[in-house]
Amino acid sequence: MARKILFQQAINEALDQEMARDSNVIVMGEDVIGGTGADGEMDAWGGVLGVTKGLYGKYGERIMDTPISESAFVGAAVGAAACGLRPVCELMFIDFLGVCFDQIYNQAAKFRYMFGGKAKTPIVIRTMIGAGFRAAAQHSQCLYPVFTHIPGLKVVIPSSPYEAKGLLIQAIRDDDPVIFCEHKALYAMEGEVPEESYTIPFGEANVVREGSDVTIVALARMVGFAEKAAAALAKDGISCEIIDPRTTSPLDEDTILESVENTGRLVVVDEASPRCGMAADIAALVAQKAFGALEAPIELVTPPHTPVPFSGVLEDLYIPGPARIEAAVRRIAEYA
Amino acid sequence: MALSREDLLEAYRRMKTIREFEERVHVEFAKGGIPGFVHLYAGEEASAAGVCMNLTDDDKIASTHRGHGHCIGKGVDVHGMMAEIFGKRTGTCRGKGGSMHIADLDTGMLGANGIVGGGPPLVCGAALAAKLKRTGGVAVAFFGDGASNQGTTFEAMNLATVWRLPAIFVAENNGYAEATAAKFSVSCEDISTRAAGFGMPGVTVDGHDFFAVYEAMREAVDRARNGGGPSLIEAKLDRFFGHFEGDNQNYRAPDEVKRIRAEKDCLQRFRARVASDIAAAELDAIDADVRKLIDDAVAQAIAAPDPLPEDLTTDVYIRY
Repeated sequence: MARKILFQQAINEALDQEMARDSNVIVMGEDVIGGTGADGEMDAWGGVLGVTKGLYGKYGERIMDTPISESAFVGAAVGAAACGLRPVCELMFIDFLGVCFDQIYNQAAKFRYMFGGKAKTPIVIRTMIGAGFRAAAQHSQCLYPVFTHIPGLKVVIPSSPYEAKGLLIQAIRDDDPVIFCEHKALYAMEGEVPEESYTIPFGEANVVREGSDVTIVALARMVGFAEKAAAALAKDGISCEIIDPRTTSPLDEDTILESVENTGRLVVVDEASPRCGMAADIAALVAQKAFGALEAPIELVTPPHTPVPFSGVLEDLYIPGPARIEAAVRRIAEYA
Repeated sequence: MALSREDLLEAYRRMKTIREFEERVHVEFAKGGIPGFVHLYAGEEASAAGVCMNLTDDDKIASTHRGHGHCIGKGVDVHGMMAEIFGKRTGTCRGKGGSMHIADLDTGMLGANGIVGGGPPLVCGAALAAKLKRTGGVAVAFFGDGASNQGTTFEAMNLATVWRLPAIFVAENNGYAEATAAKFSVSCEDISTRAAGFGMPGVTVDGHDFFAVYEAMREAVDRARNGGGPSLIEAKLDRFFGHFEGDNQNYRAPDEVKRIRAEKDCLQRFRARVASDIAAAELDAIDADVRKLIDDAVAQAIAAPDPLPEDLTTDVYIRY
């Protein structure tokens, strides 16, 4: 029986093992140490939720607190990556990427292409996504479709502790810029994680559950919700296959298309906003490339096209949950 | 380090190469051979040369949309540059970047930049890499009076001080952000005075004077290499052309450019300054050399092949 640790411990372990392996790996971000320049303890926070705790004691100057100055330190990470380091930048909440967007989508993403294939920008930006914490509209978004849209970036979205560690190690070793999205509701999730270092390749979806009637494609926290829905549906004899793409760029199209070829039915569950989101993108992919296999309309389960609300009553309505997934599956399972 | 005779000749050669390159791009652009947006550096050569004569290949620079001079100053091959500006496959960036994105990491040139204020944060990273890898290198951010008002520039100057980085910020104040005057858009008389707010030394120099730029830069580089942190240098200078090629420059005073060319030409000033040590004929010989070099670069660029259709989709990722 493999050891079980939390999602956030899996991330810490990936960082720790990669920093130990390669002295070019550095970590920077707001309060990733916590306490720099203050009169109290160092490593006071180890990241706003404690994910980087302990790294300062081991790696000293290779982990750096930054001013609240995202354009400067994300840009610095990009520049450092172009000069031979492998920076892992923590950008607390994906909502904050707006203030340093230029450094990501005009600089990091484009260096290789604009410079005729001569640049290498191995940067990882770790950032939290997702609603469910009553954190309101500016601390709860799932903006990964925005980054998936941009050529030159890779976008990674783990859904379990095992995925978190293997994908983060892959991200750090990857020579392209990576946006690594961590759903904050998963930080306390426990799961089996090997102690040794391992990687999960990008662009390879995980078939979370095999089934024959309906394909459910889900990301991040929605994977667990899809599993709940599938368990309930199984009792009624509806067999769901659940696919977690794990990376939205690159996207494993083949696994999704093969599954729909078998089931003839597709539900896509995405916590991102519906317009130009991953649900719409995957639906378009299947409509274009597996149209002949479809036996029912494609169902998209997403939040409404609104900002994330504060009130718990409203936020619970906003987040797609197992009940909505179950209902969507039943609609197309019964479609004649 | 005093400038040797060889250094002076090299400085002149770099400035003359920039001038000749830009004057020629102006002509070729008007003929219709050069696509896209081109921003010329002619008139500002003393800044690029004065800064870069203090640097080695291990040092890094980040440039701006007006980047040809910085490239040449840092030693990027002019044949590759010219071909790139013509959009050819033999260009520095294989025709995928163009004038605004020439980069050559081998010579420490981290790229011209189409985003005003895009460079200063990148330079913090280049300086951080030098610091952590203990190379003794420095990193230089060139930016204009326009970028001097960008938040990225302020943030980068703060970060460079906070992390005590071997970074040098070079504000090239040519008096115009596109068509808007710096005396309107910059809130202070001298951009260099902003350095104080970030806890770093700042100095304004005459950007038409190679020696003034060189000396200020030498001091800043020494400080940076010795762990003394970042500096800001403002070079006040003038551009001979418009913001971009095709700019009718009707926002400038009548005869402004004519007067600048007559009175503030950094090459003429350089020649006058070294007249007692270097014979005019020696500099004339460099002029002839440079003209030949640029003629050849243009001829080769025109004759060079376009990118191939399959180049469209390469170099987006290293592996995907």
